[in-house]
Amino acid sequence: MATTPTSTPPPKTNRIGLAVMDYRGGKTTLCAGCGHNAISERIIDAMYEMGVKPERVAKLSGIGCSSKSPAYFMGRSHSFNAVHGRMPSVATGAVLANRSLMALGVSGDGDTASIGMGQFVHLMRRNLPIIYIIEDNGVYGLTKGQFSATADLGSKLKTGVINDLPPVDTCAMAITLGATFVGRSFSGDKRQLHAMLKAAIAHRGTVMLDVVSPCVTFNDHEGSTKSYKYMKDHDEPLQEVSFVPVFEDITVEYDPGSTVEVTMHDGSRLRLRKLEEDYDPTDRIKAITRLNEAHEKGEVLTGVFYVNPKAPSFVDLLNITEQPLATLPESVVRPGREVLEQVMEELR
Amino acid sequence: MRLFSDLIFYSVPYDKLVAPVCPEAKLRKLVRNMIYVGVVAKLLEIDMGEVEKAIRKQFSKKVKAANLNLAAVQAGYDYATATLPKRDPYFIQRMDKTKDKIIIDGNSAAALGCMFAGVTVVSWYPITPSSSLPEAAIEYMKRFRVGPDGKATFAIVQAEDELAAIGMVIGAGWAGARAMTATAGPGISLMAEFSGLAYYTEVPGVIWDIQRVGPSTGLPTRTSQGDILSTAFLSHGDTKHILLIPCSAEECFSMAQDAFELAEQFQTLVFVMSDLDLGMNNWMADPFKYPEKPIKRGKVLGKEDLDRLGGFARYKDVDGDGIPYRTLPGTDHPGAAWFARGSGHNEKGQYSERPDDYERNMERINRKFETSRSFVPRPEIVANGKSKVGIIAYGTSHWAIVESRDQLRKECNIETDYLRLRAYPFTREVHDFVKQHDRVYVVEQNRDAQMLSLLKLDVEASLITRLRSIAHIHGLPMDARSVTDELMTMEGK
Repeated sequence: MATTPTSTPPPKTNRIGLAVMDYRGGKTTLCAGCGHNAISERIIDAMYEMGVKPERVAKLSGIGCSSKSPAYFMGRSHSFNAVHGRMPSVATGAVLANRSLMALGVSGDGDTASIGMGQFVHLMRRNLPIIYIIEDNGVYGLTKGQFSATADLGSKLKTGVINDLPPVDTCAMAITLGATFVGRSFSGDKRQLHAMLKAAIAHRGTVMLDVVSPCVTFNDHEGSTKSYKYMKDHDEPLQEVSFVPVFEDITVEYDPGSTVEVTMHDGSRLRLRKLEEDYDPTDRIKAITRLNEAHEKGEVLTGVFYVNPKAPSFVDLLNITEQPLATLPESVVRPGREVLEQVMEELR
Repeated sequence: MRLFSDLIFYSVPYDKLVAPVCPEAKLRKLVRNMIYVGVVAKLLEIDMGEVEKAIRKQFSKKVKAANLNLAAVQAGYDYATATLPKRDPYFIQRMDKTKDKIIIDGNSAAALGCMFAGVTVVSWYPITPSSSLPEAAIEYMKRFRVGPDGKATFAIVQAEDELAAIGMVIGAGWAGARAMTATAGPGISLMAEFSGLAYYTEVPGVIWDIQRVGPSTGLPTRTSQGDILSTAFLSHGDTKHILLIPCSAEECFSMAQDAFELAEQFQTLVFVMSDLDLGMNNWMADPFKYPEKPIKRGKVLGKEDLDRLGGFARYKDVDGDGIPYRTLPGTDHPGAAWFARGSGHNEKGQYSERPDDYERNMERINRKFETSRSFVPRPEIVANGKSKVGIIAYGTSHWAIVESRDQLRKECNIETDYLRLRAYPFTREVHDFVKQHDRVYVVEQNRDAQMLSLLKLDVEASLITRLRSIAHIHGLPMDARSVTDELMTMEGK
């Protein structure tokens, strides 16, 4: 019988010729089923599909389960696992030093909403170009399951302890303070998170994504409001999120009555098919009002709450030169002798 | 009643004198002090031409204001000429000792030094007495570090607190920038955790500590050398840092460059221990010398290096000096990335809890610190080779020592040798100096003899008893008299 020689097909590559393997990292040490692992996967997919060069990405994190995760994706990117709650300042320094880096910050609810609150709010104010992801499970996993500041009122720990303080809504805060791309998703909603991450990559300014990411070990039981089951029952998507990257020349008709299209900084298009009649993701005030309503109603609202692709970023405000500051040559960063002589003369 | 025997009083009717030269009543209060200037000019025989020059310079284009002030000066001068016979022995003689000198405060000198050292990222949080350093940097950099395209070759950020200020320095240092912040004691305390991160992940950065009186808020507008011990070992675990200690505006300028060179050479934080007296007060100085050495960026591997080497291990001691090689984020090579982490790591920067990995890494960092001894600024030594009494001082205490050594010689015939420390860790010369003297007085501005404590940790055990402390904590710049008196007593004179 004649046999046809078989050959393994070349690995699929993206538009810059890299395979998805080139976006992978070390093997995860997080618990099996942890929402954070799913988020790492979505990051890998989004970066791969958007054709982002891994060497251009700087991963930054604080301390906690979430902050360990940058070791588990994009091993070809530099990474800085900093101190608890203080990743925003490290990220700010890195971006100012080299504005060509794409900063990806991974934090948790404890790392952001408690110890890191001070730096979080100032990061949002500055609209630094960064994708800031909160992997939000409502508990401190590494220290065995204490409540965090995003735990909902009345949520119950495994030990039976009830949370009697109101949660911090990081999305409402981010919008109030000046972040220019703010949304919430769920680690179990592959499609929505994937589209939001791709749009995040196309944005220039602070992207703040709060991703509910259940902790299977300490917060996935009956009575928890951050469990897989609770999210499946209470997830209220505002829109169907889809994203058309600038390099994909697709023209699909859409009905402006039912869909909002936002052109991103790089020309990509973020399409939000409205599931709520009059929600406008470019209206900050309404976004905040809607988030507050959701708390009253007990909904977990997801989707893109607010987007403004036109606001100047912190790098624009500082009017920094195009070349990375870090590697400017001596001839540029050390003024000449005549400058020193001039200053000395003024001081005589 | 006599307050002091050497005081001579002249009475001057200021209000009466100012009225005729300043018709506008509400300005009289502002101009009245210039009557005094005129009186003093007459009594001390200051050339009125020089007075006028100074006033015209002060008011530059405001001719009307200058004229008004000059009229007041003249009124005072005329009054003194007519009615005040000279009763004191003092007068001013024209000299050329200030020829070519400049006047500048240490913080501005530091800012200038940083600009010429090629600083690109500055983050800071306002705190007395350091704020004028970054503020001077903003002024200078806006003038001299904006390209022809109008774009800045620097970023200066007022941070939300000192934690963020040092966080930004570390992020920028990791990404390859020459980055710095300036603060004072309370800020140093807040930077403790991050300092350990920089020490252990081996990220360069420069931190100016313009010391003020502590503990806590202390005397925020008074000077001190009270942060030496806490800064040398800032952070938890086994941590130690390079300290540079300027005593003058010239050294604020030159040590800014040393600080960045050392920070990048050793991939670590360098603290420059200035103080309020040096930082905020005006000092006469020699014009600063243009840096002659080219900027060196330390052991940084680029794309071509990685192509040649095939790869690298971030924390490996390749050269035996304890200093590893690093790459910068954004380096266009698939093998460039490494993972900076404050948790235990092996030579490749991978997470590790293995005892041997931990120990080897910590020993290497220590080796790196030891290497730095040969590269930090050497002490300045004045010795005649015969004296048995040595003085060790540092920073602004220097100026009291210069005068005190003269007093000691004249008043009680004590010849002293003098070593001015300029850095920690201590260089070989410091050990030798202690060895060569029977008694070594360590003069400093804190209560607990902090530098002496550091010396005790470093010198041979048999030499420790030679060290004696002269410590001042009143918050005022150190004066020669109190050093002289205390040293004389301790010498049994």
